[in-house]
This record gives sequence, C-alpha cells and structure tokens, in this order.
Amino acid sequence: MARYLLGRVLQGAFVLWAAYTLSFAVLFALPSDPAAIVAGTSNSVTPEQLDALRHELGIDRPLTEQYLTKLGGALHGDLGRSTQSGEAVSSVIGGAVPPTLAVTGAGFVLAVALGTGLAVLATVTGHGRLGRALLSLPPLGVAIPSFVVGLLLLQWFSFTWNLFPAIGEGGWRGIVLPAVTIAVQPAALIAQVLAKSMGDELGKDYVDVARAKGAGPFRVNVRHVLRNAALPALTLTGLLVGGLLTGAIVVEAVFSRQGLGQITQGAVSAEDLPVVQGMVLLGALVFVTVNIGVDLLYQVLDPRLAVERRTGRRSALFAFAGRG
Amino acid sequence: MSPHLLEVDDLAVHYRARRSVVRAVDAVSFTVGEGETVAIVGESGSGKSTTAYALLGLLPRSAAPARGRIVFAGRDLVGLPERRWRELRGREIALIPQDPGTSLNPVQRIGAQVAEALLLSGEAGEGAGRDAVRARTLELLADAGLPEPELRARQYPSQLSGGMRQRALIAIAIAARPRLIVADEPTSALDVTVQRRILDHIGGLIRASGTSMLLITHDLGVAAERADRILVMRSGSIVEQGAPEEVLANPRDPYTRTLIEAAPSLSGAPRPRRAGPAVIPGGAPGDPFAETSPDLAARTGQDRADPAPGGPDEPVVRVEGLVKEFRLPRSSGAPGTVRAVDGVSFAIPRGRTYGLVGESGSGKSTTARLILRLAEPTEGRVLLGGEDVTRTRGAAQRLLRRRMQIVHQNPFASLDPRRTIEQTVTDPLASFGLGSRAQRRRRAAELVDLVALPASVLRRRPAELSGGQRQRVAIARALVLNPELVVCDEPVSALDVSVQAQILDLLAALQAELGVSYLFISHDLAVVRHIADEVGVLHRGRLVESGPTEEIFARARHAYTRELLDAIPGRR
Amino acid sequence: MSVTDLAPPAGGRLPEPESARGPGLRLRAGLRGLAGLLRRRPGLVLSLLWVGVVVVAAVAPSLFAPGDPLAVDTAARLRAPSPDHPFGTDRLGRDLFDETVHGTGRTLPAAVLATVIGLGAGSVLGLLAGFLRGAADLVIMRLVDVLLAVPGLLLALMLVSVLGKGDTVDVAVAIGVAAIASTARVMRAEVLRVSGSGFVEAARTGGARRVRVVLRHVLPNSMGPVWVLTMLLFGEAILGVTTMSFLGFGAQPPTPEWGSLVSSGRDFLGSAWWLSILPGTVVALTVLAANRVSRALDGERTGLR
Repeated sequence: MARYLLGRVLQGAFVLWAAYTLSFAVLFALPSDPAAIVAGTSNSVTPEQLDALRHELGIDRPLTEQYLTKLGGALHGDLGRSTQSGEAVSSVIGGAVPPTLAVTGAGFVLAVALGTGLAVLATVTGHGRLGRALLSLPPLGVAIPSFVVGLLLLQWFSFTWNLFPAIGEGGWRGIVLPAVTIAVQPAALIAQVLAKSMGDELGKDYVDVARAKGAGPFRVNVRHVLRNAALPALTLTGLLVGGLLTGAIVVEAVFSRQGLGQITQGAVSAEDLPVVQGMVLLGALVFVTVNIGVDLLYQVLDPRLAVERRTGRRSALFAFAGRG
Repeated sequence: MSPHLLEVDDLAVHYRARRSVVRAVDAVSFTVGEGETVAIVGESGSGKSTTAYALLGLLPRSAAPARGRIVFAGRDLVGLPERRWRELRGREIALIPQDPGTSLNPVQRIGAQVAEALLLSGEAGEGAGRDAVRARTLELLADAGLPEPELRARQYPSQLSGGMRQRALIAIAIAARPRLIVADEPTSALDVTVQRRILDHIGGLIRASGTSMLLITHDLGVAAERADRILVMRSGSIVEQGAPEEVLANPRDPYTRTLIEAAPSLSGAPRPRRAGPAVIPGGAPGDPFAETSPDLAARTGQDRADPAPGGPDEPVVRVEGLVKEFRLPRSSGAPGTVRAVDGVSFAIPRGRTYGLVGESGSGKSTTARLILRLAEPTEGRVLLGGEDVTRTRGAAQRLLRRRMQIVHQNPFASLDPRRTIEQTVTDPLASFGLGSRAQRRRRAAELVDLVALPASVLRRRPAELSGGQRQRVAIARALVLNPELVVCDEPVSALDVSVQAQILDLLAALQAELGVSYLFISHDLAVVRHIADEVGVLHRGRLVESGPTEEIFARARHAYTRELLDAIPGRR
Repeated sequence: MSVTDLAPPAGGRLPEPESARGPGLRLRAGLRGLAGLLRRRPGLVLSLLWVGVVVVAAVAPSLFAPGDPLAVDTAARLRAPSPDHPFGTDRLGRDLFDETVHGTGRTLPAAVLATVIGLGAGSVLGLLAGFLRGAADLVIMRLVDVLLAVPGLLLALMLVSVLGKGDTVDVAVAIGVAAIASTARVMRAEVLRVSGSGFVEAARTGGARRVRVVLRHVLPNSMGPVWVLTMLLFGEAILGVTTMSFLGFGAQPPTPEWGSLVSSGRDFLGSAWWLSILPGTVVALTVLAANRVSRALDGERTGLR
C-alpha cells in the first residue's frame, strides 16, 4: 500500500511539474512583453524606464535561467508578484480561498446528493413513467450553461419571490443560490453516469442470483447494485472536482461574489500573468490531490484491485488463462 | 393432487421486441417428479434457458408467459405477484446459474453472500444469532465441497477459481433446502475436468437430500449421463422426451438424431476420413496465381521464391524445445517470470492434423502464437519445411504469413464488421499485392464455394451471417493464399453442436482436397478425436503426452490424459 | 461460453440484397423511414431540425432576421416580447431576436473551429499513442494527463490571456485546445480495443503491413465513438465559447454574440428578464439538441454491434 501511494504521489508531482512547465511556456516564453503591460499604454514611459522595469521583473535574462529561477521559487511557494497589485501571488490566491471554498464545498455536497438520489430513484422506479421523467432531467442539466442557471435562479428566487439575496455575501442565505448553480451540472453528470452504471449492473448475472435467493427490490438495488455501480461514478466525481473551480469563476461573476473566480477573471483581463499561472497551478494541484484520494478510496472499496496488488502473481496467471 | 412436484402444462413465453413478438417458448409441457433429475437439452435459441427462468419468475421485463400453467407443489405460479414469488425463490426453488465468473457479487465476501441466502429464506431460524448463521454458512460451504471454508468465507469472488465460485453458488442454492433446483448450464463455463467433479458433487448432494433438479444443458452427453429423463428442445418446443437410454438408442425425432450424430462425445470411433494424394487446385503454396505445375507444387511443397531443404517427408512444421516466459508485472511485488510454454516439441506431417489439447492456462494458444511468429519464443526453434524461421524479422517474417494462416475461436470477433465478405476473404491477397482485381474476385468466389457458402454472401457484411457461416468465411480467408499450415484455435467451441459437426466435416474435406496441414487447438478431446491424426496433451505448459490419436484414446499413459478422457461426458 | 446465434442458421435462406431496387423506390423508402423516425423518436427529429435551423441562421441570418441587428430605436426601449419583437428589445431599442439570430454567426463558427481543433488534434494523438505504443504512447499520454489536470475553462483562460481577449477566433482556439485531452483518451482507448480484436490479428496473420492494418482496419472501426464525440464536443464548445464571452472574453459589444448578449442583459434582470434569459435559452436548446443527436449516434453504433 505504502509503495502504491508513493508511486501515485510521484506521478502527481510529475503532473504538477509538467503543468508548471506548460504554463511557463505559454505565459512567459511566448512573445509578449509583461513590462509593457505593467507600464500600461501611456506614452509617458521612456524606453529606458521600460528596460529598468524588464530588469526588475527579471525578463531580460535568458529563458532557461528565468525558468529555473522561477521553478526554484515555486518549489518554495513563491510564485512571484501580481503585476496589478504588487502583492505576492500566493497571498492574493490564499486570501480568496475561503469564500470560494464555502460555495464550491456546498455545491459539491449538493451535487453528489442530488445526482445519487436522482439515479437511485430513477432506477428503483424502473421503466415506469416516473423513472422516465426523472431520467429526462440530467440531459437538461448538462445542456443549460451555468451562467443561465444562475440568472434563472436570480430571476425567480431573488427578483420574483424575494427569497434569497441577489448579490454579495450575506451569510448562509447568500450561499444557497451560488451553490445550487454550481451543483447543477456535476449533479446531472453524476446522475447520468450512475443511472447508466446501475442499469448495466442490473443486467448482470449476480442480480439474478440475488433475486433467486428471494431478495426484494430494495435489497437488490441498494445492497448489490448501488455498491457496484458507485465505482465508475466515483471516478467521475474525482474528475468533476477540478470543474468546480471553473464553476466558481462563472458563479462569482453572476452573483458578484469575492473569491478565486473573481481574481482569475480580473487577472486574465489585466494580463496579470503570475496570478493566472498561480490559478492554473492551483487547479492542477486540486485535481491531482483529489484523484490520488479517489484512487486510494478505490483500493479500499474494490476488492478486485486489492487482490491484484496482493497476489499479482496469480492475477498475471489469470491474464494468460484468458489466452491459453 | 398431482403426484409430480412440478408440472408445466402448455407453457408459452413471448418476448415483446420492437413491433414484433418472439415466441421463445411455445407449448411446452413436462413434469418433474419428487427427487427426479430432468434434463432439457437444446442449442442456443431453443428456449431452454427461458423455460428455466420462467420457473423462477425471473424473466426479463420484455418477456412474460403468454399461456399455460406452471404448477409447483399443487399451486399455479403463472401470474403470481412478485411478493409471493419472493417467498418461493430460494426456499422452494433455487437456481444454479450458468457463469460462475459473473454470478457472484464482486464486492461482497463469499460468506456474506451465502449468509444472505440463509437470512432471506428464514432458514437461519427466527432470531438466529450471528454465530449460528456463521456456523451454518461454513457448513454449507463445506457441503458444497469448498476446501478451507473459513478462509473462503472471508474471500472475495475474484480470489477464487471458476470451480470454487461455482461451488459457492451451489452452497447458496442448497442453503434453504429447496425442493427443486434449476441448474442452467451449471458447468459449461468451466474446464472439462472441473466440470465433471462439479457435476458429480451436485449429483451426490441432491441424491442425499432427495431434491429434484431441472438441468439445462446444450450437451446431450452430460444430459444422458446425469438425468433420469431427457427433454430435447428445439425452437421453443419439446421435440422428444424419454429415458436417456431410450432417447439415445432410438431417437424418434430427426433433430434428436442429428444432435446425437453431431455430439462428438457420443459417437465412439471417429468417422472415416479420406486420405489420398493431395492436389492443389492451381497456383503454388503462398500464391494462388503462380504459374507452377500444380503437381510439382503439391509434391515438393516448395514456394518457388523460397527454396528450402527437405523432401516430401519433411514435416510442414517442427518445433523443438519451445519455451515462452512472461515477465510478471513489477507492481505485484514478486519479481519473476511465468513459464507459459515449457519445452514443447512436436512435428506436423504434411497434409495431416496435429491436435493440441489442454485446459485454460495450459499454454496451447501461446504455443500457436509462437509457431505463427506472433510472439517471440524465449527458447527453442520453429522449423517450417525444415527451415529455421525462429529468428526471422521484418519482411522475411511477413513472407511467412503466406505459408501459415489462422482460424480464430470466435467468429464474431475475427471478421472486420465494416468490410464485405469478399473484401475480408481477399484481404491477404491485397496485403501481398497478389493478382489483379478480377483475379482476386474470382479467387474469392472460388473459396466461398469451397467452404459451401452461396455466392451471394460475397457482398454481405459479417453481421448478416450466422456464427457457422462466419467461421466458414474465416476458413476461406485462411485458405486464400494456399498456405501449407492452418492453425485452428478452438475453431468450433463458440458454435452450437450441430454447427460444430458441419465445420469439422468441412475442415476434414478441405484437407483431403487441398493437402493442407492443420494445427488443431482445443480443450475438448472428443472434438480432437474427430479431426486429428496425432494428439498432444498440454498441461501447465508441458507436453505430457503425444502420439497417434487412437493410441492415446486406447492407452493413455499419463494420469492427466486419463483424467481428461474420463471427463468426456457419456464415456463409460 | 457459447455465443448466442441470432442470425439465420447456416443453410437458411438469406434475404435478397437491397440494391435490386430502383432509385425511386429507394427515395420513397427513405421518406417512409423518415416519417417512421418522426413517429418513434420525435425528440431526435426536433433536435435535428433545431440544429439545422441554427446552422442556417449562422450562414444566412437575414433569412430569419432581415432587419439590421444594430438598428437603434429609442422609442421602443426595453419592450417585452411581442409579435413585433419576439424576443423583446434592449435598452437602446435594438430588436433582441435580430441580435440573437445574427449572433449565431459569431458563436457557431467559433464552436465549430474549437470542435475541429479538439477533435483533429485529439484523435491524431490518440491514434498515435494507441497504435505506436511504447515511448510515443508514454510521452503523449503524460501530455494528455497534464492537459486533463488543468480544468478546461482555466486552461482556455490561460491561453486567452496570452492570445488576446477580444477575438472569437482566439477563444475558439483556446476552447479547442482544452478539449484535446478527452478526445485523445477516447481515441486511444478505442484504438487499443480494436487493435486487440480478432480481426486485426487476422489481418496481421494475413500478412498486412502496419500502415494497411491502421488505415483499413483499426481507423475505420475506431471512428465510431469519435463521431459520437463530435456532437458532444460541439455542444461543449458552444457552452465554452458562450461562457468565455459571458465573462467578457471574445466578441465585444456591440457585436452580437450569444454569451455577450446574456452578459449585457444581466443588469436588467429584475426589470427586463427577457434580455438575458431568452438568448440563454437559445444556447441551452442548441446544446441540448447537439447532445441528443450525439446520444442517437451512440445508440445506432451500439445497436449495430
């Protein structure tokens, strides 16, 4: 287990390094002049001042040297300074984490609950009218852009019925609509995958055996089918967590909230490249961490994988058996 | 009150397909007495499994009994509400399913799955404690013949072999002491030797407890050996029933007669085969369009472009000390290798068939891949017509394909679904750029005719053909280059018995006509007996016995060969 | 395990091939097939129709909206939807329906470009990785891992911050690049599956060279899921492009574009809901239709097997 974990962590570290290198290549190696951006478009800046600024930013040195210096800094948590505010990138991003975490966290929990509930309900009700009606919801949830979802919620719940505040923080009431907005798409995806996976599992032979033992629909669906069907849905959930961050960009724009999304949007508009890079790295870090977690969970939940790890010798033999 | 435990009367089961109705079972009537074992024999699509699942009320949503009665212990089960069915299943009627690989819940321990059967049937007794259930579970696993029940109860299905999984499923079936067990092809997914042991064990259990059994099988041999009565089903109806001896000795229905003739295990001696001078109808080996004298080509067996030593007595293929090791994945923590093939040597004479027999994992397919040069041997040599081809690479290796071809096990996977039959058959010609377009077309027509398919199939795609027809196409493709050797890798094991016999006959006729040699790989000694001149028995990568077919059948020396022979159903 | 034999048994009569029929008969049969399709799957037919309408609107917007989308009419400001103005009017009195129709010409080509980039680059990479295996596979898949690890919109935003923010083409390129990873994965998995199948080995034993195996056998049989992915990606690309312009990257006002129309309407959410909700609905319907077509393609494909 420890060996497996070490391998996964090393792999994750590689992905992070590659993400760093990729973002460096895109943001700093492409022909654009950060100094000119910092100086702005005013004509009052002399070429000498511009050169001084370039020296200060370290972009007059060869690319490899810049890359190594910056990578060294990044390893120590120093991602440079925001060209907008001059503040350290790490503190700009760090300060914006809590409000975003609140919204995305609530959204994530909601998405898992809604998606799972919908899939289970649709499967239990089977081929009836209710089941079919429930299953028509996920495609809708996937197709509506999240900014439209947010605006629709605002229109109804804030302007028409006045139930929740339209804008800003406002305690827990302010979180409800953004969290729902962020949850719709992942919930729909989870529901789609889980319902399909449950349908597939229901056709398997072990379900017939369970029914032949005299098991009722609840036992068959929950004890047997859901546990097996949850595995592919778990993988999907791991992939969706990365998407929550981008969801936050849209939601914070719609609801005018502070947070990582607001910062990203602002940084892209102002070409504040160090902050943009910081966000890209944060996205990759979240993705890598969550997926290592999912893989570990898999090892616990799926005995087939555990068997492979413990008795690799035997499973290798089984692989030949298929051919022999 | 009926004297029978189960009485099925005029049962019909229909599937609702899109805008049509499929009559899977039509007017079926039979009885199963108390303590009696009745076998339903039929090929795929005969409705035998549908009948079995109707008895358990486990038909798919799209299917329902359309007519008739299923009277079990004096009660009609047709139209029973689901709740009543649930009380019946497990307690009164139990199921032993077909495929042990998929019939156990992969994420639940074996013990829990057996205990579930106890709890659901109330067999554990009112308010039985955990310990009581546990003890009874272990007892059941032991009864089902699982060694070390305590260990097995803690394991997951993926940690057990196929035979052990089937035993766990038997434990589940007998948990609630049912009065009737429906066994749906209980052993057809298992190796032959395991198959026999499991069937013996089930037989012993039901005899001891006086349980009735309905055995569903495609194998007339198994049915004849195990059942008190046999029902033969074909396209939804029962065409014949009676005691095994009676049915085998005087089958009244022509279909039963075909089945008996087709079943490799039931006919004793092999059918006589023609042997004579082989004549290759035009072209040379490896090139059907070559302008060589056919007689010369047949006699020397040489490709003009490829002169090699050896006369007509030189075997087509000789392998010497073949070894193939696979490296184990390093993640397993146990570095090392597995010997899939371990020092195998044999020779295939020109125009003859060598049968290679073994169970799954014995290394028989790997051996075939080594000979075809699809895999690299770790040690040993492969000689083709006396010439060492073990180290050929690149273009030279590609040229070997003109002399050796393969027919795969599964005709549903071995034909490209997007290409027409003509394109498929002529694909090797196109690969080597042999012949003009018109010549290839003629050659395809010739071969399709040779494998006894109508010319109209040339423009069809594989999806429009049946399994037997597809296998004929695969044979035509293998023969299109006039190869010297065709490797047949379990060519009939995916097919129904009656189709199997047709394909075996076709292969034999083609050999007589074309003088091609076969390496025939199979898990089934009975099938091999009908086609092979010599047989080699593989066990864990080693060739434990090799010799003329009839000699092996008459005087097997190795214990494993004898075990394989004993496992052939219907052989007493 | 035995394989169920569904096709007619050997020796049984096969139906005659269809090509014996004349062209007129075939046309009529085609029409009848379409009518049957409409009856059996109305949702699919509506989806196809909608996609068709949207494509026409992108190519020839004046067919639906002959007026000038930017014509200002201060007398008719912020009018609710009515027969005269089906989508209502905005704060300058411009007809929102005209704007939306003309916006199609911005959104749709960008989504198509993004799909082409994502699909093209992704399937080439997937094919190479799946067929070459070894080192090429390793390098390509690690690259794909990285692209997958950075959330799509974030990756697109990063590219846009360098490429430029005011142009839909740049946004389209950014969205397309973000879609490469998933296409490459699907393609690779499919190529591996097909490469392992019996008929590919049969072609190899038949003496086919690698190039022939790839072009004649592997590629045609691997493209199925990619076609399904095309419509799915197209839907996603529409979502991506409109989201980017909603955030202010891409087409800039007053150029009409679906996402920017929604964005400029949100200030009037309380008073003139139609300004953002109606163009948003058009986006949702288009994505819904694309996904529906994709699912139908998937059904056809799996139904064939």
